[in-house]
Amino acid sequence: MIAVSIILPALAGLLIFFLKKDRFDFIRRFLLLAISALHLVFCAFSWFFLPEAQLTGWLVLDPLGLLFLTISSLIFFAVAIYAVGYFHSLKGLQGFMKIPEAAFTCCLLLTLSSMTLMCSSQHLGIFWISLEASTLVSAPLIYFRRSNRSLEAAWKYLMICSIGIALALLGNFFLAVAASPPGGEPFSLVVGELVKGAHSLNTIWLRAGFLFIVVGYGTKMGLVPLHTWLPDAHSEAPCAVSALLSGALLNGAFLGILRVYQVCIAADQGAFCDSLLRGFGLFSIAIAAVFILSQKDFKRMLAYSSVEHMGILALGVGMGGAATFGAMLHAVNHSLVKAMLFLLAGNVLDFYHTKKISEVTGMLRTQPATGALWVAGLFAISGFPPFGTFLSEFVVLKGAFDGGFLLEGVALLAFLSLIFIGMVSAFLPMSQGKKIVPEEGRHSYWKPSFWSIAPPLVLCCLALLIGCFLPPALQQLLHAAARSLGGS
Amino acid sequence: MNDPWIQTLLVLLILTDLVMLGSSRVGKCIRVIAAQGVLLAALILALNINSLNGHVLLLAFASLFVKTFLFPWILVRAIRRADVDQAVDPLIGFGPSLLIGALLMPLSLWLGTRLPLPDALASSLIVPVALYTMLIGLFLLVSRKKAITQVLSYLLLENGITIFGVALLVKVPLLVELGTLLDLLGAVFVMGIALFNINQTFEHIDSSKLSFLKE
Repeated sequence: MIAVSIILPALAGLLIFFLKKDRFDFIRRFLLLAISALHLVFCAFSWFFLPEAQLTGWLVLDPLGLLFLTISSLIFFAVAIYAVGYFHSLKGLQGFMKIPEAAFTCCLLLTLSSMTLMCSSQHLGIFWISLEASTLVSAPLIYFRRSNRSLEAAWKYLMICSIGIALALLGNFFLAVAASPPGGEPFSLVVGELVKGAHSLNTIWLRAGFLFIVVGYGTKMGLVPLHTWLPDAHSEAPCAVSALLSGALLNGAFLGILRVYQVCIAADQGAFCDSLLRGFGLFSIAIAAVFILSQKDFKRMLAYSSVEHMGILALGVGMGGAATFGAMLHAVNHSLVKAMLFLLAGNVLDFYHTKKISEVTGMLRTQPATGALWVAGLFAISGFPPFGTFLSEFVVLKGAFDGGFLLEGVALLAFLSLIFIGMVSAFLPMSQGKKIVPEEGRHSYWKPSFWSIAPPLVLCCLALLIGCFLPPALQQLLHAAARSLGGS
Repeated sequence: MNDPWIQTLLVLLILTDLVMLGSSRVGKCIRVIAAQGVLLAALILALNINSLNGHVLLLAFASLFVKTFLFPWILVRAIRRADVDQAVDPLIGFGPSLLIGALLMPLSLWLGTRLPLPDALASSLIVPVALYTMLIGLFLLVSRKKAITQVLSYLLLENGITIFGVALLVKVPLLVELGTLLDLLGAVFVMGIALFNINQTFEHIDSSKLSFLKE
């Protein structure tokens, strides 16, 4: 089952790559929707019947992997629906060749395939391969608009993330040295077996390995100071791609850190790893707060907000206890809300043709559905009740104070308030205020449609649902995931 | 176990790193990367000379094929199609670069003594040479302007990591090694396409002028 869910999207993607002609439009879009829906069904199915292990235990869906896979699959489905509407709306544009659409859909599906491999792989080497592959197949997505700026963003993404992931490879080699028994017998890099034999690991190499893994995968995850590619890539990519990068791929890189973290806590190196994660996490939140307060571009603002939330995830896991559970819950909430906001940003961008915050006003009047959801998204992302983000941020904060991390807790509260001020003062004027009529002809081709409103609406409802009522199945899965990370 | 052949290969790797530091032509840098591919394949064989099997042979051959033939071919083709100028355009001149290269050597030797391999897996020079090649790669990455030289520096960094990896070679499954190589190939392929597009769009591949996006 796992193998099928990895191979099928890849095959469909490759097939689509060769269907470049206009008359295949329908087939391409149908395949994209069908595969992403099937994938979501597979994920839902796995909640009840865990699929069997494959490749001698290299591919297993444990609670942690299943959690991240479900988030990715859900976000991908929303993005696929949105993308179909996006392709449709581009049809009227002059000079837009049809060739990129086939390549774009192909890369989307290959990204889904690599994400599935990432979430289900227990072997550290296979995980590395899938993460690098996901970078390579998502880089062309950023360049979809064929502009100078998007090319620059794609180049930065490709170079910086490749270098980061290369350093993570060195980290993996260090782990291999840590695990190699003195006699030279074979050993395995499967997380479960490393955890079992954790006490015979060489601690110096293990620590060095974890450090390189955090730096390497942290680059892809967007932890400060390794985040420099992130605002560029997220602001220049088409909004559907930004949603996918932010909602799914950042989490994937975090999963890589967590896999090695599992080994480290089993080897009693938890204190070292926790302090590293707390440091990176808090620093990310602080720097993101500074850039959010002075931001003039709404897509970049959302990108920095992703840096902030990745910081919260790292901080939460680094504090342990209840905060680990909070971090897992926050990963779900952040993905839902951020994907929703990026998709809405796509609607705003297509209507106003500007990313400047100051040039967008009166959204509630010009496009009521997007405007209303935008305001809801603002409250959701800044952690207001009754949204799920409130619940998860609250649990992280409670974990901080219960666990004796007073300084971290107070700093987190302070930065969250600063970020809230920054986001409200930017987003509220965009939705309220005078109705600006965009210049004649500039917005003629964009109308709200089912494709562009339904995905963010559903994501918003899910975020609301988690805030009001946490489904028992999800709660169990989150607890199981948190327990595997030494939390509760 | 300080086999003279292994020592020779490692010293040759250091020398190619230095050649890379002092090269002023892009074409020459590509030849250096190709030469390192040969040295790496030879290193794989030399380290496992007593236990040659299909795994080792396949990996040495795949590494040779990808690093010595495919990479230079993709990169040379990208340069030709994009009509790239051959000059390297250093931010830090060649003289100072070589000086820094000389200073990095004792640093990596010192770091090598701090991180001893638990059992003497192979030559005591392996860790220092791997670190040295990585450090040179990182240094070139920040001190050369063009996008193509960034790709070459990335490959040098990757070679350094591979030197470290071949010491562990027999212990890592073949599938993982091949997957890693395939990813690297994909990276160079995508970067090659990007290089072409950068040159078409900006009419140069000077990455220091890629500066629309900054705070």
